[in-house]
Amino acid sequence: MTVNAEVPLVRSESGWFSRLGAAGNLGDWLFRRITALNALLVIVLIGAMAYEMTVASSLSLKEFGFGFITSTVWDPVRQIFGALPFIYGTVVSSLLALLIAVPISIGIAIYLSELAPAAVRAVLGPLVELLAAVPSVVYGLWGVFALAPWLRESVEPLLQAAFGFLPLFQGPHQGFGLLAGGIVLAIMILPTISSVAREVLRAVPMSLREGALALGATRWETVRTAVLPYALSGLIGAIILGLGRALGETMAITMVIGNRAEISASLFAPSYTMASVIANEFTEATEELYLAALAEIGLLLFVVTVVLNVVARLLVWRVGRMPSGGRL
Amino acid sequence: MKETSYQRRHIIDVAVRGACFAATLLALVPLVSVLYYVTVRGIGGISLDFLTQLPKPVGEKGGGMANAIVGTLELVGLACLFGIPPGVLAGVYLAEFGNTRFGKFVRFSADVMSGIPSITVGLFVFALVVMSTKRFSAYAGGFALAVLMLPTVTRATEELLKLVPESLREAGLGLGVPQWRVTLRVMLRTAAPGIATGIMLAVARVAGETAPLLFTAFSNRFWPSSLNEPTPSIPVQIFTYAVSPYEDWHEQAWAGALVLVTLVLLLNISARLLVRHRVRAR
Amino acid sequence: MNSGLVPIGRTPKGAKKPGVQDEPAKEVPSKPGWDEVSVSKLDLKMRTENLDAYFGPTRVLKAITLGVALKQVTAVIGPSGCGKSTFVRCLNRMHEVVPGAHAKGLVLLDDVDIYARGVDPVNVRRRVGMVFQKPNPFPTMSIRDNVLAGLRLNGIRPDDPEAHLEKALKQVALWDEVKDNLGKAGTSLSGGQQQRLCIARALALEPEVLLMDEPCSALDPIATARVEELIHELRENYTIVIVTHNMQQAARVADLTAFFYMGELVEYNRTDVIFTRPKERRTEDYITGRFG
Repeated sequence: MTVNAEVPLVRSESGWFSRLGAAGNLGDWLFRRITALNALLVIVLIGAMAYEMTVASSLSLKEFGFGFITSTVWDPVRQIFGALPFIYGTVVSSLLALLIAVPISIGIAIYLSELAPAAVRAVLGPLVELLAAVPSVVYGLWGVFALAPWLRESVEPLLQAAFGFLPLFQGPHQGFGLLAGGIVLAIMILPTISSVAREVLRAVPMSLREGALALGATRWETVRTAVLPYALSGLIGAIILGLGRALGETMAITMVIGNRAEISASLFAPSYTMASVIANEFTEATEELYLAALAEIGLLLFVVTVVLNVVARLLVWRVGRMPSGGRL
Repeated sequence: MKETSYQRRHIIDVAVRGACFAATLLALVPLVSVLYYVTVRGIGGISLDFLTQLPKPVGEKGGGMANAIVGTLELVGLACLFGIPPGVLAGVYLAEFGNTRFGKFVRFSADVMSGIPSITVGLFVFALVVMSTKRFSAYAGGFALAVLMLPTVTRATEELLKLVPESLREAGLGLGVPQWRVTLRVMLRTAAPGIATGIMLAVARVAGETAPLLFTAFSNRFWPSSLNEPTPSIPVQIFTYAVSPYEDWHEQAWAGALVLVTLVLLLNISARLLVRHRVRAR
Repeated sequence: MNSGLVPIGRTPKGAKKPGVQDEPAKEVPSKPGWDEVSVSKLDLKMRTENLDAYFGPTRVLKAITLGVALKQVTAVIGPSGCGKSTFVRCLNRMHEVVPGAHAKGLVLLDDVDIYARGVDPVNVRRRVGMVFQKPNPFPTMSIRDNVLAGLRLNGIRPDDPEAHLEKALKQVALWDEVKDNLGKAGTSLSGGQQQRLCIARALALEPEVLLMDEPCSALDPIATARVEELIHELRENYTIVIVTHNMQQAARVADLTAFFYMGELVEYNRTDVIFTRPKERRTEDYITGRFG
């Protein structure tokens, strides 16, 4: 017994180890605690974020109170700040993005998970996911030099000619503005919604589909009657996740939205989002109140996206397994 | 009567299928357009100068993004240093001990955390690090990127560890190896290629981030002499150049975008190849 | 409680040698050297006393009292679900690895209770090795690394690892087959070879007892025959307990056989006695195939 000669069953110093409970040795005890601490880090970070941002915006919270959300005055010179133009810009651009992206991404999800042959899915699937791999600033660059000119030259005149009686399509059009912002955001949230939607659809049990097919339903009818109702809450969750992503998107939209803190009914008008104003003005802000106002906008963004994320994840979990976390 | 009804249903079926297919193709149009523009507009700006020189002062032509390229490498390196160990350990916790209420709460929080806007993370790190150290630094920027990586790394580790068959754990335990060593040296080692893939994808995402760097690492027209100074990065440089009024800088923005997109695509593709290679070797 | 059981040396606590308590079983010469030895006179390597095992609130083993004889092969047979795997997993404290599982009672290895407070299950498993039903070599390791895994993972650095490696592989008759390919992945071997590799891996730690949980059920007949040959040879140096659902296998390899039914030890005796002159009705029904 060259190897096990010195393996006693009962260790002389084991007295206090055994009092540590299930683990018979120090290694297991430490391991569990060290890994638990790291897991705790996730929760601590979120809490720390909430805390730091509240503290950073305390001056503004005290100064403007609830009126911050309803005031349209953003005047760094006179030190009066109100967030309504940015809230407007954020909400409108995000809603526009949803309007464009939701039908397309649900269509993609249905196509790739229900209708496409395996060979096609293997090619198109990764390509759609590649949309998410392009950095935001590159989309912004493309938006500035490719999308905006195209909108200005071709699309917006057309829209104005056809629908100019609506206030939505009135006014001067520069290419930069809410319309450009909405389109860019739509492109960016497309992969988010479609990949979560695909996971949700995959979680629907095969037996439901088989039941409908066996009754003679066409592929689309199967999807419409058997799959979609079951997956509905999860799909809504996917859409809400997309909305959350749109609200928080910064670079691409900053580069195409025009950065003017005005509220206008027209989609052609330049606007300003919450994320953009922080990105553009934070490093210029010297006065404490200015910084605090920007921080408060950040806090608002944080709270809204966290709430949306919580609701969305709960909805998606109800349908089936969640895909692994990531910046979906 | 039955014939027409069936025909109608068939037409609807084909129409909807066509529409869904069209939607998929439509989504690829911007992708193709972006890649096209980046390649065509960017390739002209790529030169040895671009890759090796510092930016020239405003108004002067020429110069490059060498410092931004190095800066991105520094920031990504720091992000990995700060973000991967805690992420992997947290993922191990969730896989091994994560069935408690605490574990479920952590898992849920990680998922929620992955949806927090990156600019908010930048604000947080500004308040936490930059305000206290009174300077912009690569450390702050790397830390912000690490916070962005953390939920992804955690969940990827957890999911992949759970895929390792329990029989391997039994084999290890049967050899008289303590539970923690079995987890680290058998289970984690077996799951390592998949986890590496997840990490590479997370790094690819983080390398392209701009917003969190805007007020943590900030920017720098010169070579930063230490990690404790404002550090340039490719995405921030692209942004600065793109919104400027100078033609020359616009060209450099495209070139920088080409470099960035190439880097990100390479990471993505090698991550997927890594998985396929491993599977074949089994 | 266990009527018909031949008591295997109830040792007064603290004493080293088992004592003779009962009349010797009738001797029927079946194996060389067995003539003079009665079952109850055998030296014991391990012993259980009133062992109960639970999965959560459900009791799956009831008051098992049994002695595992030194350097003999003991087979544990019985229908599915009778607790034979559970019993064997209690012998090296693998039972409690499943969440919610626990055991009560005495399990002695050389007269030391392995379930006592202060005993680290990790050390128990170093001395009582295990081979599992489905071969489970570590997929990320080569053949060499697999065999030495037990040593390496425990931080043991033998003076001559190659010699150790060779010895372990020779013991399982795998050395000649793989000696030129030690760097290949452990999973590149055939099923039977993988199982022998797992046995070599267990033996490299030089355990005193080797537990085998249906080691051949995932193997083809030829591989099975080779493993059974192996067991015959290993008997000289190791105490072996083998769980099997195959009665013919028990008859072929085992010196002693224990028959379990519904969590209870029904009968335990020399293999030839169990299969030719079982004392219990249930034993007889099982071995004649009246129930599976």
